[in-house]
Amino acid sequence: MVEFLQFTLSGIAFGMIYAAIALSLVLIWRGTRLVNFAQGAMAMLTTYVAIEVVYRTGSYWMGFAAALAAGLVLGAVCELTVIRPTLNKPPLNAVIVTIGLLILIEGLAGIFFGGQYRSFPTAFSQTGLKINGTPLGVSRYDVFVAAAVLVTTLALAATFRYTSAGLRMRAAAFNATIARLSGIRVARVLTVGWALAGLLGALAGVLVSPSTFLYPNSMDTIFVFGFTAAVIGGLDSPLGAVVGGLLLGLALSYAGGYLHNGANLVPLVALVILVVVLMVRPDGLFSATQVRRV
Amino acid sequence: MSSDTVPALAVEELVAGYGGVTALDRVSISAGTAAITAVLGANGAGKTTLLRAVSGMIRPRRGRILLDGTDQAGRSPEQMVRAGVAHVPEGQGVIPELTVEENLRVGMMSWPRGRSRADRAAALDEAFGRFPPLAGRRRKLAATLSGGERQMLVIARALLARPHVLLLDEPSLGLAPRVMAQVMDLVVRLSREHGITIILVEQNARSALAIADHGVVLNLGRVVVSADAATLAADVALRHHYLGF
Repeated sequence: MVEFLQFTLSGIAFGMIYAAIALSLVLIWRGTRLVNFAQGAMAMLTTYVAIEVVYRTGSYWMGFAAALAAGLVLGAVCELTVIRPTLNKPPLNAVIVTIGLLILIEGLAGIFFGGQYRSFPTAFSQTGLKINGTPLGVSRYDVFVAAAVLVTTLALAATFRYTSAGLRMRAAAFNATIARLSGIRVARVLTVGWALAGLLGALAGVLVSPSTFLYPNSMDTIFVFGFTAAVIGGLDSPLGAVVGGLLLGLALSYAGGYLHNGANLVPLVALVILVVVLMVRPDGLFSATQVRRV
Repeated sequence: MSSDTVPALAVEELVAGYGGVTALDRVSISAGTAAITAVLGANGAGKTTLLRAVSGMIRPRRGRILLDGTDQAGRSPEQMVRAGVAHVPEGQGVIPELTVEENLRVGMMSWPRGRSRADRAAALDEAFGRFPPLAGRRRKLAATLSGGERQMLVIARALLARPHVLLLDEPSLGLAPRVMAQVMDLVVRLSREHGITIILVEQNARSALAIADHGVVLNLGRVVVSADAATLAADVALRHHYLGF
């Protein structure tokens, strides 16, 4: 029972990070119908920005803020420079451009920051919390991770739901033609979407790096799990991304904990979950679009 | 108000198309302030392309699009709506994932930044006053509306942009006859009471000519006839040949 509780709580903590990546992918998918394969690499780069700022200023929070700001800027810059020219071309062009961006960013990170593993500081203790001497399997830091993603997600959801800028983004995502005819500058909205996705990626990178170390490929696995979570949720649905992230985090945590040799099986379990969800519900669990009937 | 000599909308020698296909070949039309101009013709005649070119959805290759005498050809849809052109495209005009009120709010996105919350609320109330069936469904998703209500919603949304020129593409498509008559009545009121210049593209030539002041018949991207609506409706040979009634 204690074991189960531990696996559950640590599953939630990791699931929230997958959810952040998934949410960033959903933001871009809704705007541009594109999976941004460079999302993890962008997150990694902004985490390097954070680590440099932390070392120079000695303040975790300065680094945290710098990463989020760098994420916003990097997302917008990527959209304006390399994605914008592909938008009226065949869809595969944009996909290949994001893969190129992934390779480019990871290469640049290797050149400028080196390939060695670097440990990332935390603002809170990573020693496990205990209740009456029973370890819970999570630390203060894990609680902070979950809270940070939750607060960001709720803030984004409220922005989308209740503000004029949010309505512009939703209208542009659902029907770009109507949006443009109504006077919404859809191109600008897309840039904002990429910027917000960059911010979410940066958040995920900063939050996960104390547990994984930071190196040029450090976000690759996290990206794959985040992508899986987004697909489980339906790619279209912000709620689906969060639920998908949590489900995947829990499933992987249980698999890693209960299965024999579980830690090595985690990527396989993620794949199995992805295949099963796509077989049962090809549009994902939360997709708003109806299954096409021919 | 523009003077009588300058039409609210004039299209001159417009050439437009898709890829290698020329869908509009030197098309010219002229619409006076508050007039209803019916654009008629078979499928593929270029009616929809004409509206798309005027609202900026496609860039004309040549020709001029004059709004109150000023050439606006080559502008984007975002700019055209700010210049006073609202375009209601054929079918699928509502955003079903948004609520009725949100759909209407999208119609005010072309307003200048400075307009107050109160102005916007008043405009919404006015829209709901004009279309009472929508008022009861304010917070419902647009996906739940009937065909007639959807058409009301798209027209209401277009009106919120405060247009001088309204482009309507097949507003009666798929509607029951009674609902269609209501939509046609609404179109007449928009021109007579609100002074909006209307370009009406219709498959149903008979009902379009019944309310229009002027009619333009397109065939294979060219203007075949441009005349008084009454004259067109009386021309039996033309009706049989191009309009199918």
